[in-house]
Amino acid sequence: MALPFSVAVEKRTEDVPRWMPALTSVGSVVLAFVFSALVLWLIGVNPVQVYSFFLRATFGSWAAFSDTMVKATPLILVGLACTVAFKMKLWNIGAEGQFYMGAFFASLVVLVPLLPTNSPPAVLIPAMALMGMVGGAVWGFFPGVLKARFGVNEIITTLMLNYVAILWNNFWIFDRWSDAGFQMTPTFERNSWLPRLSDYARTYPAFSGITLHLGVIFGILAAIVVWWVMQRSRWGYEIRLIGDNPQAARYAGINIARNIVLVMMFSGALAGLAGMSEISGVVHRLQERISPGYGFTGIIVAWLAKLNPFGVILVSILFGALIVAGREVQPSGIAQLIQGFVLFAVISSDVLLRYKIHIVRGADHTAAVGESA
Amino acid sequence: MNLEIILHAGLATGTILLFAAIGEVLAERAGVLNLGVEGMMLLGAMTGFSVSLATGNPWFGVAMAMLAAGLLSLTHAVVTISFQADQVVSGLSLTFLGTGLALVLGNGLTGQNAALIPNFDIAGLAAIPFVGPAFFKDHSPLVYIGYIFAPLVWLYIEKTRPGMHLRAIGEKPVAADTMGVNVYALRYFYVFVGGCLAGLAGATISLSVSPGWYSAQTTSGQGWIAIGLVIFAQWNPLRAALGAYLFGALRRAILDLQGPRMILGFTNPLFINSNFGFFLQMAPYLLTILALVIGSRAAMRKRLGAPAALGEPYIRGERGL
Repeated sequence: MALPFSVAVEKRTEDVPRWMPALTSVGSVVLAFVFSALVLWLIGVNPVQVYSFFLRATFGSWAAFSDTMVKATPLILVGLACTVAFKMKLWNIGAEGQFYMGAFFASLVVLVPLLPTNSPPAVLIPAMALMGMVGGAVWGFFPGVLKARFGVNEIITTLMLNYVAILWNNFWIFDRWSDAGFQMTPTFERNSWLPRLSDYARTYPAFSGITLHLGVIFGILAAIVVWWVMQRSRWGYEIRLIGDNPQAARYAGINIARNIVLVMMFSGALAGLAGMSEISGVVHRLQERISPGYGFTGIIVAWLAKLNPFGVILVSILFGALIVAGREVQPSGIAQLIQGFVLFAVISSDVLLRYKIHIVRGADHTAAVGESA
Repeated sequence: MNLEIILHAGLATGTILLFAAIGEVLAERAGVLNLGVEGMMLLGAMTGFSVSLATGNPWFGVAMAMLAAGLLSLTHAVVTISFQADQVVSGLSLTFLGTGLALVLGNGLTGQNAALIPNFDIAGLAAIPFVGPAFFKDHSPLVYIGYIFAPLVWLYIEKTRPGMHLRAIGEKPVAADTMGVNVYALRYFYVFVGGCLAGLAGATISLSVSPGWYSAQTTSGQGWIAIGLVIFAQWNPLRAALGAYLFGALRRAILDLQGPRMILGFTNPLFINSNFGFFLQMAPYLLTILALVIGSRAAMRKRLGAPAALGEPYIRGERGL
C-alpha cells in the first residue's frame, strides 16, 4: 500500500527548542484525559459528565479551588522531594514512607510532648516543621547508606520502607497514642495548627470556609530553595553531574557515595515536611491514611514537570485537582488511571525530544519510496 | 506452630511470588527491567477473578489474566524498547496504569464468589510422611505447576539455544545482533512472557491461594517483593523459587506467632497486646531489604550479578559497549 507521504525519523543533533518540553507535557496530559475518557466510555460511564463534574469540584468556586490547593500543597513538597533525587538518577520511591515518618516525628513535638504544650505557635510550628524534616531525612538515610555502602537497589528498599513506616505509625495510632480506643491520636491543641485563611474570616468575611493553610507557603519556599540549590550552588552542580554522567563525576573527584546519602536525606526531608504540613495544616492529629498516595503521585508530578521546581507547583495543582475529584467520583481508581496514562504519555513523548519526526511528501517521498523498493 | 502447616502454607503463598519473580527474571535476563510487576499482578488478579465470575471457568480466568497482564506489559515494551525511554520510570507508570485499570474495572467485584481452582492431592506421593502432607496434599494445581516450572525455566535459560539467545540479548545485545538474533523482537517477547507470568501470579492469588478481590489489598506489595527476590536470587530462577517459598513460609510463620500464649517458655507479647503485631507485619518488608543486602554483597564479592545490558535500551547502529 503506497501512502502519499512517509514518516522520517532522525536523531536530533541540535538543542531541543525551549518550548518543546513544556508542550510535550501539556500534550501528554491532554492525551491522558482522552485515553481515560475512552476507558470510561467503554465501561459505560459518560466521560463528559465525569469530567465536567471534575471541573466543578475542583475549580468551580473559591472554596473548591482552595480544596484543590490544599491537596496540591503536599504534592508540591513531595514532587520536589522526587525532583531532587531524580536529578541524580536516584530513584527514591519512598516519599510515601518519608511523608508518614515526617508526620510521626512532627507529632512527637506535641504528643510526647517535646515542648511545653502551651508554647506559642511561633515556637511550636517551626519545631514541628524541623522534626518533620528530620523524620523524613532519617527515613531517606537508611536506603541512602545501603545504596552507597553495599550497592543495594534503592528502588526496592525505599518502597519496602513505605510499608514499614505505615505499620510503625499504625502501632502508635492504635496503641500508645490512641484517643479513647479510636484509631487516631487526640486532636492537637490549636497552637500547633498551621494558620488557615478561614482563621481570618472574622476580619475578611470572604475567607470563611477557605481552608488553605500556611503549608502552601512552605511549598513555594521549598521550590525556590530547590531551584537555588540545583541551579546556583556547587552541590547542585555535583548532583546534576552525577545524574548526567557518573563517570565524569568520578573523574572530577566528586564523592558519589556521600552525595547519595545526602541527596536521599534532602529528598526525605522535603517529603517529611509534607507530612508535617498535612497533620498540622489539615487533619490536626495523627491518624491512618493521612496520605492517599501523595508519595507516589509525587513521582509523576516530578516527571511531568521535567524536574523543574516551579513546574512542580503547576503540575501539583493539576494533580491536587485530580485527587479532590477522584474522592468524589465513582468508580474509584479513575484518578489513578489518569495518572498512569499521564506518566506513560509523558515518557513516550520524550522520544520527540530526542528525535525529529517529520512527514515527507512530494518529490522527497517518491525518492524515499523508490529507494526502499 | 506446626512446621508441616507452615511449610504447606509457605509453598502455597510462595507460588505467587515464584511466578512473578521468574517472569521478572526472564524480562531482566533479556535486558529489560520491568518495575510494573505489582500493577500487572493486580490486573491479572482482577481479570482472572472477574472472568471466572462471568464464565464459571476458573482456568479460562487464569488464561485471560495472563493475557491481560501480558498485553499491559507490552506498553512497557513499546515505551522502553521502541521509544528507548527510561525503564525505571516506564515501569513505575505501568504500576500506576495496572493498579488504576484493575481498580476501575474491578469495581463491584469485592464480596463476590467466583468459581475457584480446586485443590487436590497427588495420589501416592501424598502418603509419604511429613513431605507428603506438606508438598503433595491439598494444594492448588498451580502449586504443583510451580514445582516443575522453576527447573524447566532454569534448563531453558542455561541449556537451550533460545535460552542462549536470551542471555545474549541481556548481556551483549550488539554481539547478539551481529549473530543474527533479532534483539528487539526477543526483548518484546520476554517482556510479554514476564507480563503473562505476573498475571498468572495475580490469578494464583485471586482464584486459588487467597481467593477473592480486595482491590489494592489483593497483592499488598507482593509484586515489589518479587522484584526484590530477583536481585536476591541473582537472576537465577531456581534461587528465585527457593526464595519465594522461604518468603511464603515466613509469612505464614508470622501469622502463626499471634496464636499461642507461650513461646519457648516465655509469655507471648502478642498475646498480651495484639498491637505488637504491627511490628511482626513489618517482617516481610524488612526481610526483603535484608535479602537485597545479602544479594548485593554477594554480587559485589563474586563480581557477577545483573545482566550487563539491564536497563540499557538497545539502539541499532550506535556503538554500545
